[in-house]
Amino acid sequence: MTENPKRPVVARRATLLLVVLAILLVPIPALHTTGSRDIVIDASQYEYSPSRLNINRGDTVNVTLAASDVVHGFYLDGYEIDARIEPGISQQFTFTADRSGKFRYRCSVACGPLHPFMIGELVVGPNEPVLRASVLAVVAVAAILLGARKRRSA
Amino acid sequence: MRQSPTDGGRLDVLGRMPRLRRVVLSRAFQPVLMLLLLAPFALAVVAGLLGTSAGNRNFGIVFVWIVWWAVLMVLLVPGLGRVWCTVCPIPAPGEWIQRRGIIGGVAKLRTLGLRWPRRLRNMWVQNAGFLMLALFSTIILTRPSVSAAVIVGLTGTAVGMSLLFEKRTFCKYVCPIGGFIGLYSMVAPIELRVRDAQVCVDHRSKDCITGNENGYGCPWMIYPGKLDRNLDCGFCTECLKTCTMDNVVINLRRPGTDLGKPVSAKRIDEAFKALIMLACSIIYPAVLFGPWATVKEWAGIESFGGWLIYAAAFLTATLVFMPGLFWLAVSRGQKRSCSGLTIRQAFNEYAHALIPLGLASWIAFSVGFALTNGSYALAAISDPLGWGWNLFGTREAGWTPYLSGTAPAIQAAILLGGLIFSVRTSLRIGFRHDPSGTTTMQATAPVAAFLLACTLILLRLYLG
Repeated sequence: MTENPKRPVVARRATLLLVVLAILLVPIPALHTTGSRDIVIDASQYEYSPSRLNINRGDTVNVTLAASDVVHGFYLDGYEIDARIEPGISQQFTFTADRSGKFRYRCSVACGPLHPFMIGELVVGPNEPVLRASVLAVVAVAAILLGARKRRSA
Repeated sequence: MRQSPTDGGRLDVLGRMPRLRRVVLSRAFQPVLMLLLLAPFALAVVAGLLGTSAGNRNFGIVFVWIVWWAVLMVLLVPGLGRVWCTVCPIPAPGEWIQRRGIIGGVAKLRTLGLRWPRRLRNMWVQNAGFLMLALFSTIILTRPSVSAAVIVGLTGTAVGMSLLFEKRTFCKYVCPIGGFIGLYSMVAPIELRVRDAQVCVDHRSKDCITGNENGYGCPWMIYPGKLDRNLDCGFCTECLKTCTMDNVVINLRRPGTDLGKPVSAKRIDEAFKALIMLACSIIYPAVLFGPWATVKEWAGIESFGGWLIYAAAFLTATLVFMPGLFWLAVSRGQKRSCSGLTIRQAFNEYAHALIPLGLASWIAFSVGFALTNGSYALAAISDPLGWGWNLFGTREAGWTPYLSGTAPAIQAAILLGGLIFSVRTSLRIGFRHDPSGTTTMQATAPVAAFLLACTLILLRLYLG
């Protein structure tokens, strides 16, 4: 009885698929406790201060928005929160950070030439998307190089 | 021997689609498409010069830098290669003046017919032009009048050059857009080639070069019989029309077939094009989508001193830092390889491995920009100049970002696809120079590490 020559290739591909699925699906444990966070964000042409925020998944976030020059907007990607901020009138809202990853907040009211690029970043940790994508990139490169070496030695 | 419709893993598209073939073979095919596109580009210029200064309400900014750019980078270049160069309206006025007509025209061109200097018959002028545009990109993207000036400037240069130089010298050696379209078109699953090179060798009259009653001699000054990469072909389809031997075909093929073919040691300009494009695709998301307002202000020339710092950093990154790191990676690989390549030769050859990742990086950038800002198109189409018109009843359409929660995952998938394509290309280059494979891993691993490092930086920018 002869061995199917395609078997090692199929086995390698199945293993790779399992590794990819594991990278994409295995839950990453959170090493923090959730709580309540109070954040004040000031908008001015063409920046938010602070421009980058780090919070934990599960946190309840109380946001106070203020504008220090002209009318601005605040749109949070992924959470679809939109607010208009007028100078001198602060806006408040609360949300639960139930999705991990990086979410940009951007101006949603035209405020000048650089308006489309008035952007800040909210990072909800642990940042699973970037971790998973980075590990996937490393595994992909290693798999291609090792696969080519095995083909040569075969 | 004639090529069958599926010869060598290739599919003769026009052979399968006779109606499309009739359309493409018509002399009106290219001019009509150019005319159709000239109208919105002319409107973009008018809107830029006379319309509102608010970029997000001005057709000139929205149509060119959101709609056109996204269609170009996400659909046309990866899917259809150089097809934009087929329909691009920028060289159209110059070409029509040369030909003294729009459809057909006369065979003797109205031009001084000067030849482009031999030392500049490469991509260096295109590289310099692209870097100039890239240095000012933040104001080009946001100021309608500056955007219009760029389109007018490119068109004016094309017209001027068509009066002085032969045929499409502007497109082939000067156009900063055509340069990167040509580079990335090598990834596309489509090509224009001859079926059988020997037919071209034996054919005396060479109508593809001289032209005949069916079409012009190649405006891109190429002999199709030797064409083996999309980079050199402007996809104008004139050779399809003029070939009396029915020997020119448009093929569907495996993506990236042109990558990894031998490159002359002299073509370091091509390697630099790939490096400049990859570097810019990393710098742009950092500057435009990043949270660093000071850098945006420098890039937007809010202060001249700040812009000088930005320009120095930008040029150092694109012309020194990125090429330097890639040179180190290639030379480290070659020291342990038995390919016999010089470092310079290897630098040029392995630069092809940067092309799929570079294209993926631009697609990721363009997808993010278009999804976020694409909704501005609804208002701009109804009120292109921002004068209060409401042509299609969509003037009041608000800004709506699309897929804001899933866009980063889409971008990550595109980048990972580009990385895999690039690493496989680097291996193909390695195996071509060392068929036994003895030292291919040693030669390729540092290049793969460079590609991985670029990808990790991009993932950090989009997701981290």
